[in-house]
Amino acid sequence: MRPPSPSIPEKKFLYDALKQSLRLDGRDMLDFRTPTFTFGPELGWVECAMGKTRVIAQLDAKMVKPLPERPFEGIITIHSEISPMASPDYEPGRPSEEEVTLTRMLDKVLRRSDTIDKESLCILAGQRVWQLRLTVHVLTDAGNILDCSCLAGIVAFKHFRKPEVEVIGDEVIVHSPSERAPISLAIHHTPFCVTFAFFPDALTRPVVDPSLLEQRLSAGLMSIAMNAQREICVLHKAGGVPTAPEEVLRLINVTSILVKDLDKRVEARLLEDWEGRTVEVR
Amino acid sequence: MSIVLPGEQVPAQHVNLKLGPGLLQLSSETQQQAKSAPVIATRSGVLNHSANKSKWWVEGNSRRYVPAPQESVIGVITGRSGEGWRVDIGSAHPASLDGLAFEGATKRNKPSLKVGSLLYARVSLAHKDMEPELECFDAQTHKADGFGELKDGFVLQCSLQMSRLLLDPKHFLLPLLGSRFPLEAAVGMNGKVWVSTKETKHTITVVRCIEAVDPDGGGMDETNVKKFLSKLDI
Repeated sequence: MRPPSPSIPEKKFLYDALKQSLRLDGRDMLDFRTPTFTFGPELGWVECAMGKTRVIAQLDAKMVKPLPERPFEGIITIHSEISPMASPDYEPGRPSEEEVTLTRMLDKVLRRSDTIDKESLCILAGQRVWQLRLTVHVLTDAGNILDCSCLAGIVAFKHFRKPEVEVIGDEVIVHSPSERAPISLAIHHTPFCVTFAFFPDALTRPVVDPSLLEQRLSAGLMSIAMNAQREICVLHKAGGVPTAPEEVLRLINVTSILVKDLDKRVEARLLEDWEGRTVEVR
Repeated sequence: MSIVLPGEQVPAQHVNLKLGPGLLQLSSETQQQAKSAPVIATRSGVLNHSANKSKWWVEGNSRRYVPAPQESVIGVITGRSGEGWRVDIGSAHPASLDGLAFEGATKRNKPSLKVGSLLYARVSLAHKDMEPELECFDAQTHKADGFGELKDGFVLQCSLQMSRLLLDPKHFLLPLLGSRFPLEAAVGMNGKVWVSTKETKHTITVVRCIEAVDPDGGGMDETNVKKFLSKLDI
C-alpha cells in the first residue's frame, strides 16, 4: 500500500524550510543522526537506533553441506522483512518498493561486496561449511531504515563469534563456548551506508540521513556505501534527479568524512561491549 | 491509583455511575439490574475516579487514535467519495465528511477543498465497527467556531496524552512559547497538532519543544524547556 502523501501545509512548509537550510529536527543539512547500539546477551544480536528509527539485526550460524559448485565457501543469507510494526503504512505479505530496495541494498552491501571471507567459513571441504543467517527486523521507521539496517547488519557481523571447530581427519568436533573461546568472523572491510535525499527545487542542497517526512517528499535518493579506506562498495541512485558529476563527487567526499566518524564510533562501542563480557579466569 | 490492563474487572459501583474513556459495562441478559453488570477496562493505564466515586475512567498514553463522538480532530483529505470527502484522522477506518457539513454551505456554495488539505473537524458519529463521520461546525450553534480548513503552517504528530495536555489551559507550554513569538495552534485529540507562526524557525522551535515535552519523547519540564529555548536562536 502506498503510504498516504503528506498534506499540502506539510509539503509547503518542508520545502520552504529546506530553502532556508533549516531542518525540522534542528540538524544541519549534512548532519547524520548519532547511532546508538544496544547489544543483546547473545553474541551477534544488536539493536541500532538512529533517532527514532530502530532496527534489530541478529546473526546465527549452523553447519550445512556446501553448494556443489562451491565446495570451499560458506553460505551467507540475509533475511529482511518490514512488518507493519515499523509503521502502519507497511502491509504484511506484500513487499513495498522500500522493502525491495532494502533487501537489494543489504544484499549488495553486506554480501556481494565480499565483507566476509567465505572461504574462512569452510570446515571440511565439500562436506561441512558454516551457513550464516542474518535476520533484520525493522522496529520503527522514522526515516532512513536503509542506513540503519546496513549499520545494524555490519555491527552484527563484527559482534558475532562462531564456535571453534576442530577437524581431525574426517571428524568434526564443535567446541562449546565454555570449552574454547569462540572466534570472530574474518571480515575484509567494513562498509557503511549513507543516504542523501534530493528535492524538486534545484536550489535546495541534498540532505543527509532524511527523516520520514523528508524521505516522503524527496524527489530522489542516493545511497553510497563506503568503507573507512575510502573504497566505494555500492552507489545506488534512485528517482532520476539530474545531478552534475561535481555534485556527486562532493557528496562522495562528504560520505567519506561521515564514514570515518561512524567507523570510530562503531569500533569504540564494540570494544566497550567486549570488555564488559570478557571474563578472566585465573 | 491502580494500573489496569484491558479485560480486567474494575470495582465501579454507584447509583449514578458514569463511565469515561477506557471503561465498558458488559451487558448481561440474565441479570436485569445494571448494578450487577460487570465493568471492564478496554485500555491499559491508570484507573482514576472522582471524589464521590460516581465517575470512573482510565488514563493511559498511546499513539493510535480511537474516535469518540464530540472530539475535535485534525484530518487530511485523501479523496472524494460521492458528495463528500474521505478524511484520514489516524483511526483504523478513514472518516467521511459530507460536502455540506460546513457553516453556510449550500449545494451552490461549497468550500473549495483539495486532496491533501488539512481540516479541523468534530467527530459527530463514532462506533467501533463503522466509519467515523466528521462535521465542520459546532453541534449546537451550527457556526464554524474555528472548524474548517487549516491553511499554511505545519502539522506534527504527538502522543494522545500530549494532545490532552496541550488542550489543558493550565499547561505551561503554549503560553510560554506564545510569550516569545506570535503563535497560532490547533490541537486535535487524535494526536495531531497544527501550528502556524510568521517565521519558519519559530515553527521549527514549536515542533521541537512539543516533541521534547511529549511524555513519549522524554517529558521535559518547564525549567528544561526554558533552557532549551535559550539555546536556540529565536
